[in-house]
Amino acid sequence: MNASVTERDAVRRHATLDHLEWLEAEAIYILREVAGQCSNPALLFSGGKDSIVLLRLAEKAFRPGRFPFPLLHIDTGHNYPEVIDFRDSRACQLNERLIVRSVESSIARGTVRLKSANESRNKHQSVTLLETIEEFGFDACIGGARRDEEKARAKERIFSFRDEFGGWDPKNQRPELWDLFNARVHKGENIRAFPISNWTELDVWQYIAREGLSLPSIYFTHLRPVIRKKGLLQPVTGLTPARQGETVELLQVRFRTVGDITCTAPVESDADTVEKIIGETATTTITERGATRLDDQASEASMEQRKKEGYF
Amino acid sequence: MGTIERIPEFSAAVDSGLLRFLTCGSVDDGKSTLIGRLLFDTKAILADALHAIEKTSTRRGMEAVDLSLLTDGLQAEREQGITIDVAYRYFSTGRRKYIIADAPGHEQYTRNMVTAASTANLAIILIDARKGVLTQTRRHSYLAHLVGIPHLIVAVNKMDLVGYDQAVFESIREEYLAFARQLGINDVRFIPLSALNGDMLVDRGDNLDWYQGPTLIDVLESAPAAHSESDERFRFPVQYVCRPHLADNPLLHDYRGFMGRIESGAIAVGDEVAVLPSGHRSRIKDIQVGGSSLPRAFAEQSVTLLLEDELDISRGDMIVRTGDGESALVTRRIEAMLCWLGDRPLDAQRKYVIRHATRETQARLDGIAYRLDINTLNQGTADDMAMNDIARVAFKLAQPLAVDRYAENRATGAFIVIDSSTNNTVGAGMIL
Repeated sequence: MNASVTERDAVRRHATLDHLEWLEAEAIYILREVAGQCSNPALLFSGGKDSIVLLRLAEKAFRPGRFPFPLLHIDTGHNYPEVIDFRDSRACQLNERLIVRSVESSIARGTVRLKSANESRNKHQSVTLLETIEEFGFDACIGGARRDEEKARAKERIFSFRDEFGGWDPKNQRPELWDLFNARVHKGENIRAFPISNWTELDVWQYIAREGLSLPSIYFTHLRPVIRKKGLLQPVTGLTPARQGETVELLQVRFRTVGDITCTAPVESDADTVEKIIGETATTTITERGATRLDDQASEASMEQRKKEGYF
Repeated sequence: MGTIERIPEFSAAVDSGLLRFLTCGSVDDGKSTLIGRLLFDTKAILADALHAIEKTSTRRGMEAVDLSLLTDGLQAEREQGITIDVAYRYFSTGRRKYIIADAPGHEQYTRNMVTAASTANLAIILIDARKGVLTQTRRHSYLAHLVGIPHLIVAVNKMDLVGYDQAVFESIREEYLAFARQLGINDVRFIPLSALNGDMLVDRGDNLDWYQGPTLIDVLESAPAAHSESDERFRFPVQYVCRPHLADNPLLHDYRGFMGRIESGAIAVGDEVAVLPSGHRSRIKDIQVGGSSLPRAFAEQSVTLLLEDELDISRGDMIVRTGDGESALVTRRIEAMLCWLGDRPLDAQRKYVIRHATRETQARLDGIAYRLDINTLNQGTADDMAMNDIARVAFKLAQPLAVDRYAENRATGAFIVIDSSTNNTVGAGMIL
């Protein structure tokens, strides 16, 4: 406490963390806080790039031990097969437990009712997620959401409290000061924890490059039949066939984000490496969700509304 | 907002890490315009996001693009045209990544500003050149100082509306310095600017030739990172203990890794350490990240420490280096500046939970020395605290904590108060 300035200078031995190292250290800290504070957490793993980054961070946080949580995927049944294959092989490689629950089962139970057979199942994931949280008694779910993705997310805490209906009350959030996270809940309530809140899309790609992480093939350029709709490219698939009068084009595309087939659009790109994707990400003029999500454009508040209903 | 003609090029040569800063001021001071300008000029706002707020601005009959729409993310905020909560925004110059904490100007001001300030290493305090130093300027400055932000930038904005007059700028500077000295604020920089026209933010512009100092972005680019000025004493709160017990790997049978983030100082293999509050000693056998070993590690790194001796260490304990450890005070009573955040007032009859670093303990109020009027900075007597009150208090603790003074170490000098009936975070404390 009484060390003089010169003494302190003499013992100053700091190296400098670059921005990715800083973000990584923060994310590891957050993951360990979940493990330390919560009795039964789970980590949401979809096979998408953000959750692939989460798994690497979890390795850095907990190896040589096992992860103190299972991996959990809420499968809409509308995912690209490449992503599901990747999900299974990655979980197997890591030798960690993977729990999969499907929206299809909620439909069979009658807790999810579709208006039409091929509609987007994105928002219905919330029902299945809440049923799964109840089934296993999870008190925390770790997700790969980022604050730069969407305006409602920009206001969400890193440790986000959800009531027993899974709802987020944006006007009544717990203050979050320093790195003193408060994960205390009563039975039936839960915490959603977001270790990469402070990352941007570019940070995620730079980290994937630095760590040499593998990704599902559809993140890289490939030929795909698409239809141009409202400035977006809608992939032509069994679930989203071309309608009469629509022009199908075969284009070189890649996905910036992967999710429900019915609401995720690819972008035109010939980037076949992570480095080329970083180059494109650094110079793009359209946000990740703006370029790729057919569902968020519906209204300015659609993400906030879904989160209030239990969505991630 | 004026037109944005060009995007400056930044060299992507050196990555000088990350800076978290806070903007204090109200919409009237041009804060949204300033943030918007920084985001625009560093290309952090993309075309579709801009297009969306242009549409909304037009729909509301505004002539210029309302940049506060970028940060007001909640439905209620857009409906009421107010900012409810702290928003975090991100931009990068290629050299450095920035996280802006943007606190609303009026609603629950103290609570939001203390929250936003708690993780910031620099604050930009906006002053409207036409209005000069106001009560809110003093309030912002005091709170930034209370929460230990080491660097302040006073941005004298709207210079275009006072004819870019140097005398206006100089008189604001003199007035500000006079009360900053009273508060004990040392590091303040003053920048005259026009966020509207972009003068002295990223570009110097043509209107402020009499000002020879750096632009706003120059100051941000060269501001010291938080860790480089933090306490040199090694502090390692244990978050989690790793005992793998993997049956198929006998090498890991005796593995005990103490996981956490180095909050300050540095550590090397072979260093002698003490575990607080027990005081037991050992030496560092290994430092690991993700299973691979490092010879040494430093502040802000998340690592796993292995010790030479088998000690009983669990989450909530603090590992310090001996020689650095004497000052870490193990105590059952703390005195602190407390900011009350809860809807219900602080109740002297009740027990609360205090979370300090990675430890929680029950606590009970042991007196309020005074309550502070943050507009006048006058100290008055008080029996309780309502939301947004700031007071000097003492707490008795059920379990001992290893604490430092907040002024010397933000990580080990800070605590939050939790109401165990609601589990809400109701107070933020800074140990004296």
